Amino acid sequence: MNEDASGVVGPDSRVDRQNVNPDNDGFTDVVVSEGDRLPERFPNPGLPPHRYRSTDYDPVSAKRAERQVTGIFALSIVGSILFCVSYFVFPLEGTFISIQRSTLALGVGLGLAIFAIGIAAVHWAKTLMPDHEVTEERHDIGSEEDRLAALDIINEGIEESGIGRRKIIRNGLIASTAILPIPVILSLGDLGPLPHTDLRTTLWKRGTRLVQDPTGDPVKASDVTIGSAFHIIPEGLDEAEHPLDEKAKAVVLLVRMEPGVVVPRADREGWDVDGIYAYSKICTHVGCPVALYEQQTHHLLCPCHQSTFDLTHHADVIFGPANRPLPQLPITVDDEGYLVAQRDFEEPIGASFWERG
Amino acid sequence: MALVATGGLYTLFSPGEAEASAAAPPSAAQVKDGQALFEANCATCHGLQAQGSDAAPTLIGVGAASVDFQVGTGRMPLAASAQQAPEKEVQFNAEETAAMAAYVASLAPGPAIPTDEMVAAVSDPERMAQGNDLFRTNCAMCHNVVGAGGALTQGKYAPSLEGTTGTYLYEAMLTGPQSMPVFNDANISPEEKQNIISYVKQVQEQPSPGGLKLGSLGPISEGLFAFAAGLSALILCAVWLGRRSS
Repeated sequence: MNEDASGVVGPDSRVDRQNVNPDNDGFTDVVVSEGDRLPERFPNPGLPPHRYRSTDYDPVSAKRAERQVTGIFALSIVGSILFCVSYFVFPLEGTFISIQRSTLALGVGLGLAIFAIGIAAVHWAKTLMPDHEVTEERHDIGSEEDRLAALDIINEGIEESGIGRRKIIRNGLIASTAILPIPVILSLGDLGPLPHTDLRTTLWKRGTRLVQDPTGDPVKASDVTIGSAFHIIPEGLDEAEHPLDEKAKAVVLLVRMEPGVVVPRADREGWDVDGIYAYSKICTHVGCPVALYEQQTHHLLCPCHQSTFDLTHHADVIFGPANRPLPQLPITVDDEGYLVAQRDFEEPIGASFWERG
Repeated sequence: MALVATGGLYTLFSPGEAEASAAAPPSAAQVKDGQALFEANCATCHGLQAQGSDAAPTLIGVGAASVDFQVGTGRMPLAASAQQAPEKEVQFNAEETAAMAAYVASLAPGPAIPTDEMVAAVSDPERMAQGNDLFRTNCAMCHNVVGAGGALTQGKYAPSLEGTTGTYLYEAMLTGPQSMPVFNDANISPEEKQNIISYVKQVQEQPSPGGLKLGSLGPISEGLFAFAAGLSALILCAVWLGRRSS
């Protein structure tokens, strides 16, 4: 520690705040508190010494900077000319390659034209324009008189508007703003009908055939060989009122696994047809289509957040943010040997929702 | 698990060999050659009678298409146990591959190697459009909408289809190598498989008028590029702006 005016202090120094003199507004004063050799105030170090640029004292250097700035401006002109020439040299002929050439040439030309002006301007300012630091003192904050004058203006406004005097107008203002939200709330009714049972039901019902997406061909149990994966929609999907809405709920992945790999579950007895299982393709996390099926591990991966479902354990979640297994669609075969649904899913498919329970 | 050797998916290697073997029906001599090659190169894992072992699946009934795909793309013989058998340098010539395919096909009926006509890309827009529909539903979730490939679980991946021949595309659909499900002819008919091949070929020939494709991986690679390259450029500009001239 030292006491001199430079006020160089170590990292452990502290200013004794109790001894700060409120009248002392000087920047350079150092007041040494009693019994403590720390300066009470640190001096304003001021601006660092001005460092002259080579362009300030060397005419050759200044001339060079001048040429550079002019050169970069010239580059911008080249860019503009390039743009204009390319506009005619690379006409759009409707082919991809002509679009690519034209876009590239026009972009390079215009980009160069604009970017070079910016570079030149900055380079000009940095090398040739004066760079002396200028200090402007902060203005004093308004005095008490200014504050009162401002208050007068506000009071005058209140007085002139008559809001304090003409109560009926004031009440009108309050009433009209209070009632304004009602039209807004009313228009929320247009957000659509309530979903009712839409979130809990799908197109699947007893006897609905499983058909292939997108061809619509029905699927025979014998077609589904071991290791196969079929992407399934319910028959008659196209006749639905909103086919895409229905598809988003009803899509199913149909797989056949080797005998014995699926760990049986008493309550799912009879839901499969000879090792052919149908699971909802809608992720129970946020509803992405889960369809990355690995036929050897029997894992089903959701591409959005990597939730992984194990089909050997009735689509239990083994990884990722999903919270529930994928719902299983109970299936059977009809008289002609085609796969059909036994009934709808027993639980709502897809992501959680408020009233899901 | 994945290291069992049903092999991999698609390939970048030249077609020639597979199509050559598709035409000629296998002779007894070819089967015999194939058996000799099999016993020397494959039987260690797949068993002397191709019955399979703890390390590798049985090859009885996998058909000539599996052999042609696995050996023709270099996935078999396996170089090392791993999550997935990668595509690598092809170890056997077309003749040897055809011989082994003939031998395996002689063990039990299985999917045959498709003919050139079955795998030729068609230019009919309607068929390509249907191929696109089928690809989107059945393939795109793993292989990406333009066949750029993508990640699966625990280090496995769906390889890129870039440059894969029609024959190998067809065989992969038919036999379902490794993690890939089987798409038999009842699921995706031969004509539909050809439509899919046509779509894949067509989409890969599409030029990219917007500039670099960045792997066709969608917003992720583009975002990374914007972050790494774009932001670096902006930071350099800002540093230059703030520096004093010398």
